[in-house]
Amino acid sequence: MTPDIAIGHFLTVGAVLFTIGVFGIFLNRKNVIVILMSVELMLLAVNINFVAFSGHLNDLAGQVFALLILTVAAAEAAIGLAIIVIFYRNRGSIAIDDINVMKG
Amino acid sequence: MIQAIVFFPLIGALVAGLLGSRIGHRASEIITSTLLVIAALLSWWVLFPIAFGDGAQEVIKVEIMRWISVGDLDLRWVLRVDTLTAVMLVVVTSVSSLVHIYSIGYMADDPSRSRFFAYLSLFTFAMLMLVTADNFLQMFFGWEGVGLASYLLIGFWYKKPSANAAAIKAFVVNRVGDFGFALGIFAAFIVLGTIDFDTAFSAVEGAKGTSISFLSMNLDAMTVVALLLFMGAMGKSAQFLLHTWLPDAMEGPTPVSALIHAATMVTAGVFMVARLGPIFEASAFAMTVVLVVGATTAFVAATIGLVQNDIKRVIAYSTMSQLGYMFVALGAGAYSAGIFHLFTHAFFKALLFLGAGAVIHAMHHEQDMRKMGGLRKKIPLTYAMMLIGTLALTGVGIPGTSFGFAGFFSKDSIIEAAFAVDGWQGTFAFWSLVVAALFTSFYSWRLIHLTFHGKSRADAHTYEHAHESPNVMMVPLYLLGVGAVLAGVLFYDQFFGKEKYIEAFFAHSIVINAAIIDAAHHVPTWVKWSATYAMILGLFTAWFMYIVAPKTPAKLASTMPWLYQFLLNKWYIDELYDFLFVKPAFKVGNFLWKRFDDDLIDKTIVEGLGHRVQDITNKIVKLQSGYLYHYAFVMLIGIAALLTWVVVAGGML
Repeated sequence: MTPDIAIGHFLTVGAVLFTIGVFGIFLNRKNVIVILMSVELMLLAVNINFVAFSGHLNDLAGQVFALLILTVAAAEAAIGLAIIVIFYRNRGSIAIDDINVMKG
Repeated sequence: MIQAIVFFPLIGALVAGLLGSRIGHRASEIITSTLLVIAALLSWWVLFPIAFGDGAQEVIKVEIMRWISVGDLDLRWVLRVDTLTAVMLVVVTSVSSLVHIYSIGYMADDPSRSRFFAYLSLFTFAMLMLVTADNFLQMFFGWEGVGLASYLLIGFWYKKPSANAAAIKAFVVNRVGDFGFALGIFAAFIVLGTIDFDTAFSAVEGAKGTSISFLSMNLDAMTVVALLLFMGAMGKSAQFLLHTWLPDAMEGPTPVSALIHAATMVTAGVFMVARLGPIFEASAFAMTVVLVVGATTAFVAATIGLVQNDIKRVIAYSTMSQLGYMFVALGAGAYSAGIFHLFTHAFFKALLFLGAGAVIHAMHHEQDMRKMGGLRKKIPLTYAMMLIGTLALTGVGIPGTSFGFAGFFSKDSIIEAAFAVDGWQGTFAFWSLVVAALFTSFYSWRLIHLTFHGKSRADAHTYEHAHESPNVMMVPLYLLGVGAVLAGVLFYDQFFGKEKYIEAFFAHSIVINAAIIDAAHHVPTWVKWSATYAMILGLFTAWFMYIVAPKTPAKLASTMPWLYQFLLNKWYIDELYDFLFVKPAFKVGNFLWKRFDDDLIDKTIVEGLGHRVQDITNKIVKLQSGYLYHYAFVMLIGIAALLTWVVVAGGML
């Protein structure tokens, strides 16, 4: 028998995804695309939360908002990838350790 | 008239000093010299009615203005002229006017002559202020004024480093004495309640035996006052331990040495003690100190004079030694004898200095006696004048008669007075002075022999061109020569004759201790002859060592090198002071400079603060690593913290 899937489970998955995304940003030393992917992951976690609460509270606004976020995330991914391409052209590398121009 | 005597030199100084560049050197010389000659003539004019009058007017007081009026203190600027002052007026203005005239010749090539004459006149004014003082403050004003003028004149050739050093040394050493003098004045004001001479002297009787707390010790008030005042006298009159500036002061032009460092300023201490006699009389201990210090100075200076080679330094040590004689007279209570020696000494010592100046002038500014010799044939008139000065200084005369040079009478009076003092201090003073007389005779004749007799050791060119000085320099020498011969015999009765003569002459201007004068007149015959024997012995020793067997001095020096070095290095007093005061002062200064200022203030506090700020900012800068994930991490932590705060505390502090 499948156990009853309650809001707690959804939130747990969202939290796990979000944490994976955060660690993806911090622990990753390879390249910027991974960061972009991690950000995407965090957005997904947020989306899961939105949808879960929407179902739980019977409020559609949450699902509408999730769609909006998906749209924004798509745009963001496009712009982000474009920036990375330009960056690679200018600097010849997208390794994270090489990106420290803002150093004090 | 008194005002004219005092203020003419000031006018001269102002004219020459402020307008000198406009009216030219010649005009400055003439104006200052003329004013001084007038002042000198007026001084003699003042002396006679006061000194030889019927006593109707013992003291002339001329009020110039109300000077300071604060609370109980009502101080008037009063020129006080009694016999003591009149004698000093005569000495100061006479020697000063002659030195002014002499300087016209001596300084003829100097490019800043009007400045020189301005200083000379300024000095004379300050000295006159000192001797006409009617209260301690006026005296202090004059006292510091002569100190300033002395500083300016020693450092007159300010491009010469040694002259600058000597000027500073004279000023600093005198500060030590003046510090004591100032404290003495304060103490006198506390103890006697006034700084006006007449009232202070009448208050002395009441203050005897009282005590004063000084350096947290309870001491006899009058002793403290007298000793502090005497400290000032020691500085100004170059007494032993505060004497080191006087020989160095010879860096100044020779007329300055004659005027300031022989005839007048250095005798200010003697004058001061004589003037303040009633205060010193109130403390037997202070009198003993004066006596012993004087005797020590006379002896020490005479020993150093034996081996000096610079013609001016020999005379400088001789001056110091003679000042010691004067203080012995004062310490013995024979004030008139001290003033007598001051009076005669001014003439013959100024003569010797100006004579030495003429020699230096003739030798193209050579001062080393080892490079002179045989000058008698070249400059016979200067030779004759120096000879008179030497005869007067060494005290040539026949005891018991009225035949003798100036120094003979005054010096013998002092030696007799010293013998008449009871106790060990009298014996010590007497023998010191007799031995000093022997040495005086020796080094004076040594000077004459080395300079004028024997073969010339100068280079041929200088010797060939040695020439007699112009008349403007020689006439003052002649006049001083007359003084050096006659000043003693003419004034003996007034200064150290029978008591009633002294009484009549000085009236009440100085303390006259009849007992000591009487005792001095009745010393055994051998005592009266002792100084003369010493003089003759010194004369023959010098004659033997420098004329008969000129190799003796070198031989003597090589058999007793330590003694020779000891004397040549002036008893190592300068080195001692260097070790005791100068070096530690340097060390303290170095410590404060390097450790305190450089290290503590600059490096630790000022620069240290900057460094710490830089350190902190450097650390803060490191936070800006430029790595994206660092910023993201910080943002996350921040958000987490904020959220925690909101959740836990509900957003409230």
